[in-house]
Amino acid sequence: MSLEGMGLTFGYRGKGKKGVLDHVDLCLEPGERLGLSGPSGRGKTTLCKLLSGYERPDKGRVLVDGKPLGEYKGLCPVQMIWQHPETAVDPLMKLGDTLREGGPVEEGLLEALHIQPAWLDRYPTELSGGELQRFCIARALRPGVKYLLCDEITAMLDLITQAQMWSFLLEQAERRQLGLLIVSHNSALLERLCTRIQPL
Amino acid sequence: MRHWNGRRAALALLLLALLVLCAVTAAGCLLGEQAMVTDFSRKNLSPCGAFLFGTDWMGRDMLARTLTGLSLSIRIGLLTAGVSAVLALVLGLASALGGWVDSVVSWCIDLVMGIPHILLVMLISLAFGKGFVGVVAGVALSHWPSLARVIRGEVLQLKGATYVRTAEKLGVSRLQIARRHFLPHLLPQFLTGLVLQFPHAILHEASVTFLGFGLSSEQPAIGVILSESMNYLTTGKWWLAVFPGLSLVLVVVLFAAMGEQLRKLLDPASVHR
Repeated sequence: MSLEGMGLTFGYRGKGKKGVLDHVDLCLEPGERLGLSGPSGRGKTTLCKLLSGYERPDKGRVLVDGKPLGEYKGLCPVQMIWQHPETAVDPLMKLGDTLREGGPVEEGLLEALHIQPAWLDRYPTELSGGELQRFCIARALRPGVKYLLCDEITAMLDLITQAQMWSFLLEQAERRQLGLLIVSHNSALLERLCTRIQPL
Repeated sequence: MRHWNGRRAALALLLLALLVLCAVTAAGCLLGEQAMVTDFSRKNLSPCGAFLFGTDWMGRDMLARTLTGLSLSIRIGLLTAGVSAVLALVLGLASALGGWVDSVVSWCIDLVMGIPHILLVMLISLAFGKGFVGVVAGVALSHWPSLARVIRGEVLQLKGATYVRTAEKLGVSRLQIARRHFLPHLLPQFLTGLVLQFPHAILHEASVTFLGFGLSSEQPAIGVILSESMNYLTTGKWWLAVFPGLSLVLVVVLFAAMGEQLRKLLDPASVHR
């Protein structure tokens, strides 16, 4: 029972012969918090995209609990939270609708994330990046989700809000037995949060 | 909506333009009979109180003829812009599916855009035997590429957008994605494109008719009025060309203004202002 990436190789088309990822292995257990560190351009976001099915690897496989990722229909058990929440919400949709996109939101989630009810009637341009990121997190926390890939999700937040978000996420991960993949340039943050750190 | 803001001003302008154009169309329909009446006792009158636009060499009221011609132009514009916008929508959507369909459609877009518009309209109109059918076919079949290209680009962009991909990963069905994400983004583009095709369609209809490849000369079309008045211009009958010409320009400007205001109203960035 784990999220496994085996021998993942990937290159964006038109980027020359040199690929982004070359035979990368990664294993994430439920309830585990795996940190992913590495310099810019090393392929951390690309790895997240492969693991959550946004891109297909040129070589290698992604298995979720022993089953290939592509065989899951409907809600994907691996959800990615993007570094830039502005691109992850539809600019023409009210945030309440964006939030309920995958189904009704659990009780108490909005309060825990400090999402004010008035924000639900607004459009994305009327909120800040940090506020939007809370919506993206709430949207991804569906009952069927087992693994959460967090790609620099708090890089744009002030320290107090960062602490708030992470304590919320850790508590949720604990309760739901989520596997968290945490990508960050902040090594202090990774050491504080993660049970294991894998350099890329 | 408490203040007289940009959106309200745009809406007011849009409605005003729409009202004027509807009035012209209706007036033209009602004056159709009067435009054909010949009366040689009042021929070649310059503009006066009874005949604001003057009369021509057969004593026909130029105001009535101009309004009838404009009305005909607007109705032809409505038909051709509608047909070519739907054509653009279908081809743009098909093109966004990718693969060989995209290659074929893109090639057609490049081909049609590469030929000068007026030449293409003339050729198609000739091929369809001129007259009403020829003009409609010519204008409708030559005006779709620019809108098709916009729609194709928009769909391609949406298909790759993070929020659309995320919706897929959240298990939202394709139909729901089309309704929630694609429709609200495409509809404004389509409507604006549709309205902005009117002025083109009307001008091209008038030009091919003027050049003799369009509507037949017994119809009181603007193009016919203008080309006939050319013979009398040198004898000093300036009003035969000036007023119909100015009215045509006015109608075109009104349509362009309407499209511009509609674009402002439907622009994604201004949706909540």
